[in-house]
Amino acid sequence: MDLNYSKDDLAFRDEVRAFLSEKLTKELSEKVRLGGDLTKDDMEGWHAILNAQGWLAPNWPKEYGGAEWNAVQRHIFDDECASAHAPRVVPFGLSMLAPVLQKFGNQQQKDHWLPRILSGEDWWCQGYSEPGAGSDLASLKTKALREGDHYVVNGQKTWTTFGQHANMIFCLVRTDSTVKQQAGISFLLIDMNTPGIEVRPIILLDGSAEVNEVWFTDVKVPVENLVGEENSGWTYAKYLLTHERTNIAGVGFSTAGLAAVKRIAKAEICGGKPLIRNPLFAARVAQVEIDLMAMSTTNLRIVSQAAAGGAPGVEASMLKVKGTIIRQEINDLARRAVGPYAMPFVSEAVEGSNEPLPDPHDAGPVAAQYFNNRKISIFGGSNEIQRGIIAKVKMGG
Amino acid sequence: MNFDLTDEHQMLQDSLRRFLKYSCNSETRNEVLNSETGITSDLWHAMAEMGVIGAFFTEEQGGFGGTGADIALIFEELGRANGVSPFLDSALLSGRILAAAGELDRVADLIGGDLQLALAHGEPTSRYDLNYVRTTAVNGTLNGRKAVVMNALASDVLIVSARTSGEVSDEDGISLYFVEKNAAGLTIQDYALIAGGHAGEVTLDNVEGSLIGEEGKGFALLKDAYAIATVAQCAETLGAMTTATELTQEYLVTRQQFGRPIATFQALAHRMADMLIEMEQARSAVIRAAGYFESDERTRDINIHAAKNLMGRAGRLISEESIQMHGGIAMTQEYELAHIAKRITMADHRFGDTDYHLERFIALTQS
Ligand SMILES: Cc1cc2nc3c(=O)[nH]c(=O)nc-3n(C[C@H](O)[C@H](O)[C@H](O)COP(=O)(O)OP(=O)(O)OC[C@H]3O[C@@H](n4cnc5c(N)ncnc54)[C@H](O)[C@@H]3O)c2cc1C
Ligand SMILES: Cc1cc2nc3c(=O)[nH]c(=O)nc-3n(C[C@H](O)[C@H](O)[C@H](O)COP(=O)(O)OP(=O)(O)OC[C@H]3O[C@@H](n4cnc5c(N)ncnc54)[C@H](O)[C@@H]3O)c2cc1C
Repeated sequence: MDLNYSKDDLAFRDEVRAFLSEKLTKELSEKVRLGGDLTKDDMEGWHAILNAQGWLAPNWPKEYGGAEWNAVQRHIFDDECASAHAPRVVPFGLSMLAPVLQKFGNQQQKDHWLPRILSGEDWWCQGYSEPGAGSDLASLKTKALREGDHYVVNGQKTWTTFGQHANMIFCLVRTDSTVKQQAGISFLLIDMNTPGIEVRPIILLDGSAEVNEVWFTDVKVPVENLVGEENSGWTYAKYLLTHERTNIAGVGFSTAGLAAVKRIAKAEICGGKPLIRNPLFAARVAQVEIDLMAMSTTNLRIVSQAAAGGAPGVEASMLKVKGTIIRQEINDLARRAVGPYAMPFVSEAVEGSNEPLPDPHDAGPVAAQYFNNRKISIFGGSNEIQRGIIAKVKMGG
Repeated sequence: MNFDLTDEHQMLQDSLRRFLKYSCNSETRNEVLNSETGITSDLWHAMAEMGVIGAFFTEEQGGFGGTGADIALIFEELGRANGVSPFLDSALLSGRILAAAGELDRVADLIGGDLQLALAHGEPTSRYDLNYVRTTAVNGTLNGRKAVVMNALASDVLIVSARTSGEVSDEDGISLYFVEKNAAGLTIQDYALIAGGHAGEVTLDNVEGSLIGEEGKGFALLKDAYAIATVAQCAETLGAMTTATELTQEYLVTRQQFGRPIATFQALAHRMADMLIEMEQARSAVIRAAGYFESDERTRDINIHAAKNLMGRAGRLISEESIQMHGGIAMTQEYELAHIAKRITMADHRFGDTDYHLERFIALTQS
């Protein structure tokens, strides 16, 4: 056992740091730090910078243009990016769809779609959830009927993150209603500009416009956009979900978040002393820090094991549950730390107006972030569903 | 002992609940949220007409109530209906200061619904400390900055605290002043609040004020007014928590996944049970804070600190669990629960948070 980074790891870390300090503009990192809404251009611009460096797809095999980093390298990269307040990479094309295409797509699909993900020509969104099919994803109803060389799609998807930016959506659709639910689902790639698609925004409780409803009325999709076999979509969907859960621990976000909490708590005065010296608050911070230290090692242990033997299974569920609890706890600390200044609704101020922030901590909309991040224990398989998976795998049933 | 409401209180509760149910809906709420100042005068005047503001004051002060129990009852109903209106700050907190200082003409205007007030006390570095005042007053001329002043822009007159003597954290030497909203040298940077309503940063640059009460004796007025406001805040949060719990309960038995209501999953059912247990605890804490309000100061304060600490903890549980057990739907602006959850959480940032009241509770009970 050796808990220290090797010489190569340290060299890699220096390389990442040098890259970030050269390529990440102050303007962009400040926006990320203050929780401002990133524009499509912001996100695409950052993707292009990473792609030029060959670092956009750490998980992809080299043959497709990936970096093929090991677990420690990925950990270092995530950690450094989060501490530098780099934008997060939009995962839908890169880490959700791409692994499915690499494993189940035909050659033509791989050749066509994968390079476009890297180049940013396509922006993908994920069309899984429906109003009636959340945790019970297999009950989805959006229908695709085969008519000659097309499928005709009717139905509704919801919670579609960044559907407003996307030109492509990968969807789970029902192609057979006569069999067991899981056995009648297919995986379709759909051009968002096809007639019959309507995207309607859903405003979240912090005022952000990141998710959408996507409606399909007689939408014609060429059959070559079917991935794998008809009615085998459930297998691909589950494969995708295991990838969705890698980097789910969010150790980098937590590390950066905790550093921000400490920074605020050093500046905030409580009873004549810095808040960080208040025993009650200090105890809250220390408790989370202890959890995070262990989590960071849990994450490395699990990711290294998985690298040796494929995608992580039940351990990914463990990382998701504990990782989201820690992140949400840090959001809670941040809102506590700023005191009465948690109350102003400042997200608009961050976005563009020239009004100075009322909050003297320069901490950004910490309460809005607290509310927005309630989502992380709900989406991608809720924490209840993850606990169910852990229990089932360990105890049967 | 008797835990029943008096007949009068029962009637007040019934009529308030009926009225608020009809007048606070998502439409009126959105109207308030989108308004320039964060209030609608309709609800304010209707409530004043019903005598609600009068119930914040004793008969000697020109009202017909004023006890902890009167106030808790009203604010619980406001919280339950999720009505966004500055009753707590404009009428109760500011009004009680004026009543105690003998400014009864202004109190009468307030009771009639014709006056909007704002208390400008907290400062950018005071956090929740009541005694911390850096703003100065010299011969009635005020200089300084006040932070997150509720209802500042909608107010007609502000009550501003300023130091006339002593060190920055001394209880003695804090004086209170009326400052007209349009006074020269006064600026308000107004902003919306995440849980509804508006507040502002108030800057005082050689502003003329007129003294309220005795010079240097403002702290006692502030302390008593904050005490009743904290009771009201706890009661309002209790009402909001009740609605959050009811909405969640309803949703769990309605929402189907895997072919059955999600309430049938024990992972959720037990947590609903825990929420209901915490609701009973929260109700008892509020009853104690309200019921002991007229006791000696130490008993009063112990129960207020206990209540605000407990509401901070139980409130967090109720709001987070309500959202989690709803799933995605609770994350949307359109669904009532989102607003209620924000209100519950943001209540922890008013009049001292969970830890602030824990520290004061420890100081009073373990010394
Ligand atoms: C901000 C946000 C972004 C999203 N982005 C996307 C996206 O881009 N694409 C996409 O397809 N989807 C997306 N989702 C949808 C997300 O995956 C679903 O919200 C999630 O699957 C939960 O479904 P639901 O919201 O319908 O809740 P429900 O499934 O109705 O669950 C309600 C509650 O019941 C619990 N529950 C359900 N079943 C069980 C059980 N068997 N045992 C115990 N508890 C149970 C849940 O854990 C939850 O607490 C997003 C959601 C949010 C909030
Ligand atoms: C100190 C002591 C004194 C006692 N005194 C008396 C007495 O005076 N008279 C008497 O009749 N009995 C008495 N009991 C017995 C007591 O009532 C039983 O222990 C109790 O009913 C639990 O039964 P069990 O121990 O068989 O556990 P089990 O019923 O086998 O339960 C094991 C675990 O499973 C959980 N569990 C069981 N069913 C469910 C479910 N449906 N959903 C979720 N969780 C579940 C339980 O909560 C427990 O955690 C006593 C027990 C103790 C320890």
